Amino acid sequence: MSVMLEPSAEQVKEMKLYAQMGMSDEEFELATSILGRTPNYTETGLFSVMWSEHCSYKNSKPVLRKFPTTGPQVLQGPGEGAGIVDIGDGQAVVFKMESHNHPSAIEPYQGAATGVGGIIRDVFSMGARPIALLNSLRFGELKTPRVKYLFEEVVAGIAGYGNCIGIPTVGGEIQFDPCYEGNPLVNAMAVGLINHEDIQRGIAAGVGNTVLYAGAKTGRDGIHGATFASEELNEESEKKRPAVQVGDPFMEKLLLEACLEVIKSDALVGIQDMGAAGLTSSSAEMASKAGYGIEMHLDRVPQRETGMTAYEMMLSESQERMLLVVKKGREQEIVEIFEKYDLDCVAVGQVTDDKMLRLIHHGEVVAEVPADALAEEAPVYYKPKQEPAYFKKFKEQKNEEPKVEDVGQTLKTLLSQPTIASKEWVYDQYDYQVRTSTVVTPGSDAAVVRVRGTNKALAMTTDCNSRYIYLDPVTGGKIAVAEAARNIVCSGGKPLAITDCLNFGNPENPEIFWQLDQSAEGISAACLALDAPVIGGNVSLYNERSGTAVYPTPTIGMVGLVQELEHVTTQYAKKAGDLVYIIGDTMTEFGGSELQKLVDGAISGQAPTIDLDIEARRQHQLLTAIRSGLVASAHDVSEGGMSVALAEVVFGTELGLDVTLEGSAVTALFSESQSRFVVTVSPEHAEDFEAAMPEAKRAGVITASPSYTVKSTTGEVWIDQPVAELFAAWKGAIPCLLNSED
Amino acid sequence: MKFAVIQFPGSNCDLDMYHAIKDELGQDVEYVWHDKADLSGFDAILLPGGFSYGDYLRCGAIAQFSNIMAEVKQAAAAGKPILGVCNGFQVLTEARLLPGALLRNKNLKFICRTVELEVVNNDTIFTAEYQKGQHIQIPIAHGEGNYFCDDETAKQLEANNQIVFKYTGEGPNGSVSNIAGIINEQGNVLGMMPHPERAVHEVMGGTDGLALFRSILKQWRESHVSHA
Repeated sequence: MSVMLEPSAEQVKEMKLYAQMGMSDEEFELATSILGRTPNYTETGLFSVMWSEHCSYKNSKPVLRKFPTTGPQVLQGPGEGAGIVDIGDGQAVVFKMESHNHPSAIEPYQGAATGVGGIIRDVFSMGARPIALLNSLRFGELKTPRVKYLFEEVVAGIAGYGNCIGIPTVGGEIQFDPCYEGNPLVNAMAVGLINHEDIQRGIAAGVGNTVLYAGAKTGRDGIHGATFASEELNEESEKKRPAVQVGDPFMEKLLLEACLEVIKSDALVGIQDMGAAGLTSSSAEMASKAGYGIEMHLDRVPQRETGMTAYEMMLSESQERMLLVVKKGREQEIVEIFEKYDLDCVAVGQVTDDKMLRLIHHGEVVAEVPADALAEEAPVYYKPKQEPAYFKKFKEQKNEEPKVEDVGQTLKTLLSQPTIASKEWVYDQYDYQVRTSTVVTPGSDAAVVRVRGTNKALAMTTDCNSRYIYLDPVTGGKIAVAEAARNIVCSGGKPLAITDCLNFGNPENPEIFWQLDQSAEGISAACLALDAPVIGGNVSLYNERSGTAVYPTPTIGMVGLVQELEHVTTQYAKKAGDLVYIIGDTMTEFGGSELQKLVDGAISGQAPTIDLDIEARRQHQLLTAIRSGLVASAHDVSEGGMSVALAEVVFGTELGLDVTLEGSAVTALFSESQSRFVVTVSPEHAEDFEAAMPEAKRAGVITASPSYTVKSTTGEVWIDQPVAELFAAWKGAIPCLLNSED
Repeated sequence: MKFAVIQFPGSNCDLDMYHAIKDELGQDVEYVWHDKADLSGFDAILLPGGFSYGDYLRCGAIAQFSNIMAEVKQAAAAGKPILGVCNGFQVLTEARLLPGALLRNKNLKFICRTVELEVVNNDTIFTAEYQKGQHIQIPIAHGEGNYFCDDETAKQLEANNQIVFKYTGEGPNGSVSNIAGIINEQGNVLGMMPHPERAVHEVMGGTDGLALFRSILKQWRESHVSHA
C-alpha cells in the first residue's frame, strides 16, 4: 500500500502549490506574514478557500457597500445565513437567494439540487421554518442538445430536491439568451417564517462550550467547490466534476426537523450550516463573529470514506451538515434530538478564548490559524473599472421601431419565444402546493403563500432583465428592482426587502467590473425609492466560458407582505364586462426588447428609461386601490410589451378582450416602456378606481367571447384572433422546442 | 372522532393532513411517529404523502417495515378506516393492504397539477358524501403514481367495485384503467394518489376533497349512534 505524502510547507511555497488552490503570490505572502511562518498544506487550503471570492467577497465588497441595508422592518441584514424582516405580530420572514452556476454547468442535476439544499439550510440555520422556494434560471437558446440537457436536468434537480424535502417551489423566472450557452445561471431562493424569539445566530461563544457536528458524514465530494466557483469555466472544467457535491434531500428533511426542534432548547448557543468551504467556513466564521476561538479534533468528525486527510475534511463540501455550539454539560439533550431522526451528532471540539482555529488530527496540531484572519481579513481589491466601448455606441443609437410586417403574426411569434412562453412544462414538475398554503400558484406575477394562523400572506418573486442591464447597467439595475416590486404590488403586497444574486463575468476585466459597479448603483437607487433594502444575497463572478461573459445578471428576489388575504390579486381577468385600464405611457423604446431580438437577432441601443419617482407613486396608488377592493386583476407590462401583457390577462380564463391603444401599432403593441400596468376593474368600481388612480386610462373591456381584439384610436383593427390560438402558441412553445430535432 | 396522522421519516404532507382534520373537519388529530407501537386510541388512521425514507428504493418499500405498520395492519383487520394518500397509498400497496403497485409516471417526470376525478364508487365509508359519477377537482403531486396490477386483479377490482376514483379523460400518469384510488375488499382501507387534503379550503383553490373526510366522520357518528 502506498501512502500519499502531503507536501510540506516548504514545498507549498517552492512549488507554488497555493496557486493551484486559487491564491495569488501576494495572498500567500499575506497569509505567511499573518502566521509569522509559511503556512502548511492544510493551512494554505483554509486560507485559499476562505479568501476565495465566493467566501470573502474580496472583489465585490466595495460594490456591496453601496446597497442600502437598513430600515425599520429589517431585523437582520447581510452577514448571517439569511436576512430577516419583521411582518408584525411577533413574526418575521427570513429569505435569501444564492447561485449554483458553476456546479450546474457541468453536473446540472446535482448542481441545481444542492443549490436548493444549500439555500434551505441557510434559512433553517436561522431558526426559521422554510415555507417556499423560488428560482431564477438562465440558459442558452433552447436549440442545441447540450442546452436542452442542461435545462431539463436543472429543472429535474430543483424538483427532485424541493419535492422530496416537502417545501413548495412556488415561483421563479427563466430566460434564454445565447450568452448563457456555456455558463447557465441557477439561482435558488428560500423563504422561511420565524417567531422573533427563535432567531438564531451563527456564533461560537463561551469558553469551554462544546462544538457539535450534526448531519451527514463528510466525504471527499465538493473539495474546493468555493474555489472552483471563483474561476472561469473552460474545457478543463469537466474534470472538476468531483468538485460538485451530491445532494440527499431526505437527509436534509431529517436535519431540518431536528434543527427546528433544537432551536427551542436554551442549551443552544449558535448554529450555522456547512455551506461553501464546509467545516472551515462554519467554524472560522462562528468563532470570529463571537470573538472566540475553536479547537477541533478531526478524528471525531463523522467520515464517509477512510483515510481522509485534515485538508480533505476541512475543504469537503459534503451536503446536509450543520455545526452547533452548545452549553457545556448539556450536549446530551441536543444529541438525543438528532438521534430521534437517526442523525449523527458528535462533539468535535470546544470554544477557546485565544481566537484561533486549531485543528488536531491523529494527536497532532495540523493547523493553527487566527479565526479572524480567515473570516474577516481577506484582502479587499478595488478593481479598475472602465466604461465599455459598446456602451457609448449604444447610447448614441436612436430609438427606432423595428420593422414588422404582420403585427398579429408577430404577437404569436413573440408568445412562443421561450423567455415569454408558458413555463408550465417546468412548474408542472415542482410540487408547488405541499404545506397547503400556496394561494397564488406559479404563472401569475408573484407567488402568494399564506401565513397559517393569520389572515396575512407573503408575495414573492424573482426578476432580472439582463438585456437592459447589459445595455445600461444603472438603468437596468433600477428596472430589475422596480419590476420585482411591480410583481409584488400587482399581487396585493407591499414590498418589504430584497435579496440579490449578482451574477457577472470575470471582475479582472475592467469592463465587467464597471457593469457590476454601475448596476449596484441602479439597484441601490431603486431600493431606496421603493423602500426595499437589501438584506442579503450572494455574488457569483467569473461566469464566463472560454472568454465569453454572460450578460450582467443581478437577480433580484423580493418578498412583500399582503396584509389581508382579501387583497390577494392575480393577473387574470375575472369576468366579462370588466373594464380594462392601462397605466403608464408608452414610448418608442425597443433597446433590449424581445421584438428587437426577434427582428435584429441581437440587442442594441438604449435600455428603456425609468423614473423612480413615477414608479414609486404608481405602485403606491395601485396598491392602495387593490387594498380598497377596487381592482379585479392587475398585471405589469414587461417582456414583449403591451400585446403580450394583454394576452396574459385573458390566458387560462375563457374570456376575451376588446382594447383600443394609442399611437403607432408597433410601439403600442411591442414597446417595453417601463412603469406600466394593465388593470381590470368591475364597472361599479370604475369611478372610485379612476379617482384613486388618476393616470389610469380606460382602454377597453373584457368580453365573454374569447377573442383578442386590439384596435387603434382611429378604429383600425390591429389584431383580432381567437384567444385559443394565441394560447396554444404560448403554452406549447417550450415542449415543442424540447421535442424538435436539431 | 380522533384521527392519527402517521409520520415516517421523510413524510411531508403530514402537516396538510393534520390541518385538514383539525381546521376544516374540526376533529381531534395527533401525529404518531413511526416507531410508536400503539394506535388503540384512534378511530381512523391517515398515512400522508411524502418521501418516506427518501424513497430511494421503491416508494414505501422501507416504510412498510416500520414499527407502526404492524399496528396499522391490526387496525385494518379490526375494521378501522385507513386512508393512504400518495406516498401513503404506496406504503399500503407495499404492505399488501391493497393490491397492485405504483410505477413511475408514464412521462417519467414528477407531475403537480389539479386533475379531474370521477367518483366511481360512492358506496364506501370514504365517499358516501359524494354522488356516484360526480366529477371532482383534486390536486396530484407525484412521480410514481402509475397504478399497475395484473389483468386478473384488475378484473377483480372492477367486479368487487373496489375502484373508488378514476382520472377522467386521458389520465395523467398511465394508470391501469385510469385508476386513481382503490379500496380493499373489506371496504375500510382506501389508497389514492390525488391529495384530498389539498382541496379543503377555497384559499387553496377548491374544496372538493372535504366530502371525503366528512364521509369518514359521518360513518363514524352513525356507527356510534347505532352502537350506543
